[in-house]
Amino acid sequence: MGPEKDCILDIRDLVMRFGGLMALYRPDFVVMRGSITAIIGPNGAGKTTLFNVITGFLIPTEGLVLFNDKPITCLKPHQISRIGISRTFQTVEIFRNMTVLENVMLGFHGRMGSSFTASGLKAPWAVKKENLIKEKAEGILKFIGLSRKSNHAADSLPLGEQKILEVARALACEPALICLDEPAAGLNETESHVLSSLIRAIKEKGITVLLVEHDMKVVMDISDDILVLNHGQKIAQGPPDEIKSHPRVIEAYLGDE
Amino acid sequence: MEQISLSGQLLQYLITGITIGSLYAMVAIGFNIIYDVTEIINFAQGEFVALGGLTMASLNVTLGIPLVFAFCGTVVFVTLIGLLMDRLAIRPIRQPSVVTLIIATIAVSFILRGAAMYFWGKDPYDLPPFSGRTPINILGGVIQPQYLWVIAFLVIVVVLLSFFFDRTIAGKAMRACADNTDAASLVGINVNRMVLMSFALSAAIGAVAGIIITPISLMEYDRGAMLAVKGFSAVILGGLGSFPGAILGGLILGLIESFGAGLISSGYKDAFALLVLLGVLFFKPSGILGNVEISKIKRF
Amino acid sequence: MLRYRKYPVLIVSLIIAFFPWVAAHVPAIDHYPDIMIFAGIYAIITIGLSLLMGYTGQISLGHAAFYGIGAYASAIFTSRYGWNPWLSMLLGTVLTSLIAIVVGGPALKLKGHYLAMATLAFGIIVFIIFNEEAGFTGGPDGMTGIPGLSIFGFKLNAERYYYLVWGIALLVFLFTTNIIQSSAGRALRAIHSSEAAAMAMGVNVPGCKIVVFAYSAGLASLAGSLYAHYMNFLNPSTFDIFFGIKLLIMISLGGIHYIWGAVIGAVIVTFLSYEWLHYFEELEILVYGLILLMITVFLPQGLAGIPEMIKNRFKAAP
Repeated sequence: MGPEKDCILDIRDLVMRFGGLMALYRPDFVVMRGSITAIIGPNGAGKTTLFNVITGFLIPTEGLVLFNDKPITCLKPHQISRIGISRTFQTVEIFRNMTVLENVMLGFHGRMGSSFTASGLKAPWAVKKENLIKEKAEGILKFIGLSRKSNHAADSLPLGEQKILEVARALACEPALICLDEPAAGLNETESHVLSSLIRAIKEKGITVLLVEHDMKVVMDISDDILVLNHGQKIAQGPPDEIKSHPRVIEAYLGDE
Repeated sequence: MEQISLSGQLLQYLITGITIGSLYAMVAIGFNIIYDVTEIINFAQGEFVALGGLTMASLNVTLGIPLVFAFCGTVVFVTLIGLLMDRLAIRPIRQPSVVTLIIATIAVSFILRGAAMYFWGKDPYDLPPFSGRTPINILGGVIQPQYLWVIAFLVIVVVLLSFFFDRTIAGKAMRACADNTDAASLVGINVNRMVLMSFALSAAIGAVAGIIITPISLMEYDRGAMLAVKGFSAVILGGLGSFPGAILGGLILGLIESFGAGLISSGYKDAFALLVLLGVLFFKPSGILGNVEISKIKRF
Repeated sequence: MLRYRKYPVLIVSLIIAFFPWVAAHVPAIDHYPDIMIFAGIYAIITIGLSLLMGYTGQISLGHAAFYGIGAYASAIFTSRYGWNPWLSMLLGTVLTSLIAIVVGGPALKLKGHYLAMATLAFGIIVFIIFNEEAGFTGGPDGMTGIPGLSIFGFKLNAERYYYLVWGIALLVFLFTTNIIQSSAGRALRAIHSSEAAAMAMGVNVPGCKIVVFAYSAGLASLAGSLYAHYMNFLNPSTFDIFFGIKLLIMISLGGIHYIWGAVIGAVIVTFLSYEWLHYFEELEILVYGLILLMITVFLPQGLAGIPEMIKNRFKAAP
């Protein structure tokens, strides 16, 4: 297999400008199918911006994002979600007005949601789909370890579990690529440990993981490949061992913080 | 009847537009003061104007209190209403969301309108103009002196406000709240008091607007709703939160309305401002001079 | 959130069904069924509005306009062009939904205050058009001679109209509750909670908002047609901003997050304005203001939220 066959996401010549501010400048890289790829960098390096471009929340000033060799830069967020890229948010964005189970069930909306009319008429196929969604959602909660809280109000969960719930919801989109934005932020050591093994388990399922993370322990522990950004540009890419000792990476971190 | 020349007529529209525009600008400033500090759009802003005009009519005409004293009395009274509004209607809301706050200010506007009807009835009230009704002739146009008073008062309000916000401690504290509520409270500014003050201040400006416009257009209890909508249109046109924007927006709106009513259709007079509002909202929600993010709710 | 069971719906339906019979035997309330017709008409609007505002979180102060467009569409199609009333009603509803799609497209990109003001402005503009386009609408004097409704040659008198209106209200209630309890309703609640997350989960946020807006506008239009054919005359003042805000009072009083609340609120406010507030005459606006303020401060979940409030209190107590 050549490298082209292996890559699920290909970022080419990407430029994102906000007025006079250059948020991203050509951080060309590819994400290998089935890998865990981490994006790190000092605050304001453009990591979340990059996520927002990949998931369609921002339209880049220039450049291309290819997902499975198809350009997705002009797609809307919900379309991108439906073709297999799902994400979590840095600021926890669970649906606070729903139960834990309903949060995960919503994740299936893009792929198997029923139309307004079918729902209103309680069409048999809509009811069937709804039952299937529920079953699948319960499966995901089991996988992620939140089954016993499935009927709790989502906002009654502690922060750690809210973050896990967000991952569960993203899994419900049945993605090929899942983008996690600082999943370990605000978690204690035990919780980030749980998270690390969860991310590995996701990889085991054949889902490619792309994550932005500040917690170096988590990053070094689980990543196959690490991309380092600074001021919107790529300054290094490679496996954890290489990145740890990379002079420009050390410089970027020491220079900034 | 004497035929008024076209240029005279256009001049008339211009002056009327600027006068009405000054009124809208004052309502718009009132909106902005409360919005900047609290991120609340006060739907009762127009009621302050109506109350201003009606109270003045009672004090000045019914009770015969001299103009200057009646003026001050009215402003004080309406300011008190503004204070009460914050204390009784806005502050007690436990979980302020945009929708609840909108509903609360609408509720207050209903209460004030209902109370105004109870005390003043449904008939319009008149006020004697500040300096008589002898029209002034300028370039073939005929102008009531009160029009000039309205424009003059807009200038006075703007000058006083800039002095307040630039030179006084309270004004600077309020500006700090507007920039960043959390930071302001960290440096020891009492945010609650600033919110209270913003209501007082915009009530006072509303009262002034009501007093000066009543000799031109009379005042009745239910005028507030439309004034609020027009004032808000001015706010949006100029850019929410921007003071120069409020003035500019108000004046442009006044001119559009005056020329639209004169040259196109007087029946649709009120629709012009609203079409402008919709146009701006749909195509450039940040307005002419604004660069605000679409509404986020601030804590207070 | 709300999980409807069949029995409460059945019981309430039975109460509504037998109410005219009971009222006919109690002289003091024998005119209540007439008032209930209006309550039913308003309930059709508030159910849709509750889905839009309570569940999807999109405020609208302009639904009086859609109500009016429906009423005038029925009136104009039937009395000026002689079309069948049922056809006119259907066409009016479709037309109104289309207008809602056109207006909602740009308007629903706005949030909070902006959306409130945009819908308010739309409502006022439509109201001005009702007044000014006298050639079509009769202007401020209104329109008369709107035909009543009949089914298979049976003319619907007040008693039958009662059942027509509440029958439609029941269907609308069931349809809307089904939506809420399905994946479509979940998507709407997701939009209310976090638009960004909803989008990331594959929810077509602008599309959903427009569909709900058009649906609620269509219901308002349907209610307007029912009103027009019942009253047989129209006057623009029925559709002013005040009515738009009255709708807001209905759903806030009943409980904005409950479809039941929309029905309760519609019934109570209708009785307030047709019966109980007569004593206050035109001061009713003051009373409405006070009610609205009391609810926002003391009962933010509305009347339908009281059971849950009590339940939570008991849960917290031990």
